[in-house]
Amino acid sequence: MTSTLDDGQETAEPLVRLTSAGKRYGTIIALSDISLEVSAGEVTCVLGDNGAGKSTLIKIIAGLHQPSEGTYEVEGEAVRFSSPREALERGIATVYQDLAVVPLMPVWRNFFLGNEVRKGPRMNIPFMRQKTREEMLAMGIDLRDVEQPIGTLSGGERQCVAISRAVYFGAKMLILDEPTAALGVKQSGVVLKYIIQARERGLGVIFITHNPHHAYPVGDRFLLLNRGRSIGYYKKTQVTREELTGLMAGGGELEALSHELEAAGGAAAGLGAALGEEVGGLGLAPSGDGERPGPPGPPA
Amino acid sequence: MSDTIDTVPPPRLDERVQRKSPLARLFARPEAGALAGAIIIYAFFFVVAPPFRNANSFSSVLYVSSTYGLMAAPVALLMIGGEFDLSAGVAVTSSALCCSLFSYEFTANMWVGVVASLGLSLLIGFINGWVVVKTGIPSFLVTLGTFFMLQGLNLALTQTITNQVASPTISNIQGFDSAQKVFASSFSIGGVNVRTSIIYWIVVVAIATWILLRTRTGNWIFSVGGSATSARAVGVPVGRMKIALFMAVGLLAWFTGQITLFQFQTIQSGQGVGNEFVFIIAAVVGGCLLTGGYGSAVGAGIGALIFGMVNQGIVYAGWDPDWFTFFVGALLLGAILLNTYIRRRAEANR
Repeated sequence: MTSTLDDGQETAEPLVRLTSAGKRYGTIIALSDISLEVSAGEVTCVLGDNGAGKSTLIKIIAGLHQPSEGTYEVEGEAVRFSSPREALERGIATVYQDLAVVPLMPVWRNFFLGNEVRKGPRMNIPFMRQKTREEMLAMGIDLRDVEQPIGTLSGGERQCVAISRAVYFGAKMLILDEPTAALGVKQSGVVLKYIIQARERGLGVIFITHNPHHAYPVGDRFLLLNRGRSIGYYKKTQVTREELTGLMAGGGELEALSHELEAAGGAAAGLGAALGEEVGGLGLAPSGDGERPGPPGPPA
Repeated sequence: MSDTIDTVPPPRLDERVQRKSPLARLFARPEAGALAGAIIIYAFFFVVAPPFRNANSFSSVLYVSSTYGLMAAPVALLMIGGEFDLSAGVAVTSSALCCSLFSYEFTANMWVGVVASLGLSLLIGFINGWVVVKTGIPSFLVTLGTFFMLQGLNLALTQTITNQVASPTISNIQGFDSAQKVFASSFSIGGVNVRTSIIYWIVVVAIATWILLRTRTGNWIFSVGGSATSARAVGVPVGRMKIALFMAVGLLAWFTGQITLFQFQTIQSGQGVGNEFVFIIAAVVGGCLLTGGYGSAVGAGIGALIFGMVNQGIVYAGWDPDWFTFFVGALLLGAILLNTYIRRRAEANR
């Protein structure tokens, strides 16, 4: 690529930009009209409930699928990846939910899997063990033994091995697929810390989650998905944590549910009233208020 | 990288790791169970079967072990890579039959047959691997199919070509002597007759171990068996790796076939059935997991040695050979119980 120093206007281009991208599987529209950009040193959070199209979106960015419509640009250049390998070569690394680790293999073998450092026909094992230890230490994890099977590490630690592996092998952009989904409160905090650390190292991060409380503290931009469509794309200054939570919870739907429960009477009514209060507390403006940017409302 | 890291030197040994004694380290290895078993079985037959103590008869124990062990090593690698090959036993016979019939029928030099059977063996391995990789059908079923096909071909083609159930004697064919020297000679150390196949066996186990533990290929073998999807996600060519493993089994099936052929000069077309399980059992006894991703080539070698010792030990002890299969079954069951225990410990999350 153009590695000359006079690419001043090129650095201004975001690492990744999707413009009204969509994806169909046959007659099923999995994703439509999604626009998104991630720059270096920036965290973009993609929020959505199950089935909102988060996975399809990552698969497009990671090079597993091609968008059926719209454009995909990497550093200002339109691309059409035919495999994750090609995306990886452009510095776009994906840390999947299952982390792509082999549980029975030692930590260092996992760390260098697919990128083994060799000395002649042999692997340079002392170097790889040393580097694994150092890189994990840089992430704040002091491994007891790099020979231990990675399956014996905790979920958060494994997540960190996967993240630091991607960073070590030159990722410019990290796609993190629900890294906090299976973790406890403390472990999630640890992972969020690494996301911030990655951002400070100048990486672009796409952080996929369904937890607004995890997204809000680390994110610079937020893309909200529902049923394959964008229901909002905000910069951090444009949205509060409460609004984000409300949008995520599908405020309207919850409100309807609270009325339904109240109408049912009895014990359910009490629950409905409590739910109604909750929804009110989310600070969500009722539907019809169109002051926020982005296409409002889910499809009927 | 920031400069804050430099201030923290990596600790040499973490205080959370207890110093392990060499014995404890040994028992953490996959082949530990097999080694313990081999020592017990050796001691057992040493006591109950007086001829077992003789160096020459132990050399023949090693020879029997080597005929299993040469195949157990690639079969172990294949199992670590997450696949089975049930056709491995009859493939050995196919290789030997191909070599002898080819040279005999075309009145060609022995070495032409040797090369032809090498081609056939690699092709069988390739087909097994290719079908498994392309269709995603479990290798257990695919190779069960090729196992029966090869068995049928061995019997039917030998019958059609020679009108007999065995291949013709090949000792008169040109090039036989040199081929026999390569594949099935023996030498003497201090009055003990040692077959070369024992040396080949040790070399094959050493090479397999080196590949497994010290090379990138070995890392990839562990990964395709441990988690093929993870391996694919980080760029390991999973399909090519598996096909290569099946072809490695083919290569050693060829080699073992040649050793058997040049040892006995003729080969029964129905031979080899059941040996596929012997190879798999040797690998499992040696610490390989049936589910892949874990195991050792040395372990498979020790497994083959246990097999050879039991096989010959029963004869030396003057017992009914029918007891052999009982012993084998008991060994297998014990090994599987041990392996399951080890894997639970390795995979247990905190």
